[in-house]
Amino acid sequence: MAQKLLLKHANVPNIKSYEVYRQHGGYESVEKALNTLTPDEVTEEVKKSGLRGRGGAGFPAGMKWSFLAKPEGVPRYLVVNADESEPGTFKDRYLMEFLPHVLLEGIVSSCYAMGANACYIYIRGEYAWIPTILEKAIEEARAAGFVGKNILGRGFDLEIYVQRGAGAYICGEETALLESLEGKRGNPRIKPPFPAVKGLWGCPTVVNNVETIAAVGPILNMGGEEYAKIGVGRSTGTKLISACGNINKPGVYEISMTESVEEFIYSEEFCGGIKNGKKLKACIPGGSSVPILPANLLLKTAKGETRYMNYESLSDGGFATGSMLGSGGFIVLDEDQCIVKNTYTLARFYRHESCGQCSPCREGTGWMEKILKRIDEGNGKMEDIDLLWDIQRKIEGNTICPLGDAAAWPVAAASRHFRDEFEWHINNPECLTRNFGLAHYANALEIETV
Amino acid sequence: MAEQTTNFKVTIDNITIEVAPGTSILEAARMIGGDITPPAMCFYTPLEGSGGKCRTCLVEVSKGSEKDPRPMPKLVASCRTGVMDGMEVKNITSEKVPDARAGVVEMLLANHPLDCPICDQAGECHLQDLGYEHGKEGTRYEFKRRTFERLDLGPYIQLHMNRCILCYRCVFAANQLSDKREHGVLDRGDHAQISTFIQNNLDNDMIGNVIDVCPVGALTDKTFRFKNRVWFTNPIDAHRNCDNPKCCGEVTLWNRGEDVLRVTARKNKWGEVMNTKDGKPGWICNTCRFDKKSMKDWTIEGPMKVSRHSVINQGHYQNAVKPHETISIVLDGRQPKLLMNIHDISGVNKK
Ligand SMILES: Cc1cc2nc3c(=O)[nH]c(=O)nc-3n(C[C@H](O)[C@H](O)[C@H](O)COP(=O)(O)O)c2cc1C
Ligand code: SF4
Ligand code: SF4
Ligand code: FES
Repeated sequence: MAQKLLLKHANVPNIKSYEVYRQHGGYESVEKALNTLTPDEVTEEVKKSGLRGRGGAGFPAGMKWSFLAKPEGVPRYLVVNADESEPGTFKDRYLMEFLPHVLLEGIVSSCYAMGANACYIYIRGEYAWIPTILEKAIEEARAAGFVGKNILGRGFDLEIYVQRGAGAYICGEETALLESLEGKRGNPRIKPPFPAVKGLWGCPTVVNNVETIAAVGPILNMGGEEYAKIGVGRSTGTKLISACGNINKPGVYEISMTESVEEFIYSEEFCGGIKNGKKLKACIPGGSSVPILPANLLLKTAKGETRYMNYESLSDGGFATGSMLGSGGFIVLDEDQCIVKNTYTLARFYRHESCGQCSPCREGTGWMEKILKRIDEGNGKMEDIDLLWDIQRKIEGNTICPLGDAAAWPVAAASRHFRDEFEWHINNPECLTRNFGLAHYANALEIETV
Repeated sequence: MAEQTTNFKVTIDNITIEVAPGTSILEAARMIGGDITPPAMCFYTPLEGSGGKCRTCLVEVSKGSEKDPRPMPKLVASCRTGVMDGMEVKNITSEKVPDARAGVVEMLLANHPLDCPICDQAGECHLQDLGYEHGKEGTRYEFKRRTFERLDLGPYIQLHMNRCILCYRCVFAANQLSDKREHGVLDRGDHAQISTFIQNNLDNDMIGNVIDVCPVGALTDKTFRFKNRVWFTNPIDAHRNCDNPKCCGEVTLWNRGEDVLRVTARKNKWGEVMNTKDGKPGWICNTCRFDKKSMKDWTIEGPMKVSRHSVINQGHYQNAVKPHETISIVLDGRQPKLLMNIHDISGVNKK
């Protein structure tokens, strides 16, 4: 059994309520932090834990906190990124909906460490019912003295606000989020300056993912060093994976990053295998932005080693033969799924969500979508494949924010690994009626060792 | 502290220059001048916060600084990247930049209507220059271009959204020059558009400046619309005592004979509105721009110094690649029976 920290009490009835949560050891980490540790010591524990950002990029959280500028007389903010709009990712939703106090507990200690007296939870607009849950939990925590003035009599004040977004993926990008929070159009800012120096309303700000902040509770309870013993290498602690697609048991799972991908897909503890006895064809292991991998490269690295569910192993081989853990949105495709259609669907998403500030992303996402639509509808040309490759190459790395890269990578990976499926689509008008791709990717091919 | 006052040495395309800390790569390149200056479609010196968006000014930083010589992993927007001491930058000497830049140009033109023959901006359009200087001969874009309705922004300004490259200059100009925020960007991605909120008129007395900052023919002067081609006009520097405190009163008149066809602010060779001689911002008010169309209104200073960015500048496209002569291919040896010499027939060129 994988060790559970965040979802430990997920099955306790009414764990949503403060009473029950407290009975199960809730808020003990806050007592420990405020009563026995200085703010810098809290940051130190988080550094020792090796906790990496769970929002996608995997930047070490403790290090981010230590970059926070601390000029005299200027307020600092913690902004919790709950915009979770990456297709395939729904782990933060689960945490906030069913275990809201886990997040709040993490927020209080984190703000104490940063010296922030205000925290904003910026939540995806489509999660319309969750702000009420969070606000109720905040009021409960306030009644118990964990939010508000003079928390635990230690002279530390904290207000937590829930702000709803209006349904834009781009507002998950941290600087677009800050613009939106300030009441402006959600366009990413040009960096530097980074939020740690100039963030919300020009003040030093830390932006962290929901799961990152939620992990601070368990880290303080067990101590950073103990936490770091879970997992492997620079992938420490537990990670929530939201699994979906053609699997028997879609859902949110907590893993300790030592599981192999094969175990994660096929074991009863996790996904429970491919639905309807079909074969695994491909998988997008870390949310829609990361490269898709065919079955053979998913289960084993190009060197023929077992691939594991952690940051290092999933990115082994770089983009040529690897992918990324990303946000943990694990999307499984069985042998009947069409890669062209899948890539077109993703391209449509990115075209719709580009903010339109910079030319390569604005025009390139629309262009790629149109070409993929044409191929999908049976009107593609052979040159289209190379054209797609060239367009994504012109976008990647040349934009203001990583949405451009996120739009380029899926197209690059699909045309890299599934080129003959694109060719088949272009050559065979029957793809229109059949509406699925080539199944041979599901028959594990020999991996050519490099 | 002494260090802060010493200049930074930066080398761009093997040319070294010393600049003050805080200077951007683009500004340093402009000080050197010539071919090594990256094109800039969105950055606009007088507008705070502009730049970073169009990505035409991308350059390669092959050495970060003396202290940290590592190259930067990606191409950077030179307009928004500050120089460091000892930095080495590659623009036209880079292997990556010309390709990336041609990509940006292709993207900018992908949805552009290419209606230069009927566009008032033709001849002073930065997108035309960019296409000539950094683009490829053709496009690989084969889809219907996006279109928008033409929009009247009040009595003086016409918005052709089809031509807009979303550089955001007009948004910054309107925000920084007028008291009330009246226009901005609606929607996202390639369907984003410049518009007013709920079809408002733009009636601010400084709003005419958005026409000057627009690098393309998206925002045009309705009082000049279809009046003439800029290269047939005669630009003259002039001034008047304007009682609007925000207006500098120093302008360029674009004349045909004694007729003042158009009035604009004065621009430098980068197409940016210039400060006046005594250092005041060069913006002009709507009255000077749209209502003072008589020579009697103005004190004439003399002919305008013609800038690089004007087709009036002879030899402007001298070294540019000439488009193929297609007529002989189309006719394929046949006699041009149906083609006529319009110059013989039309009265346009006959006085
Ligand atoms: C287009 C785009 C969308 C993003 N969406 C989210 C999101 O929904 N949630 C999130 O936590 N991070 C998102 N990120 C990443 C954030 O910019 C930022 O890196 C993250 O919130 C930092 O938190 P972490 O270090 O705890 O992961 C997104 C980034 C991009 C470029
Ligand atoms: S990369 Fe795309 S989403 Fe990001 S700033 Fe540029 S246009 Fe906007
Ligand atoms: S209308 Fe002109 S100035 Fe405004 S964003 Fe478009 S191109 Fe730029
Ligand atoms: S001028 Fe630098 S990005 Fe547009």
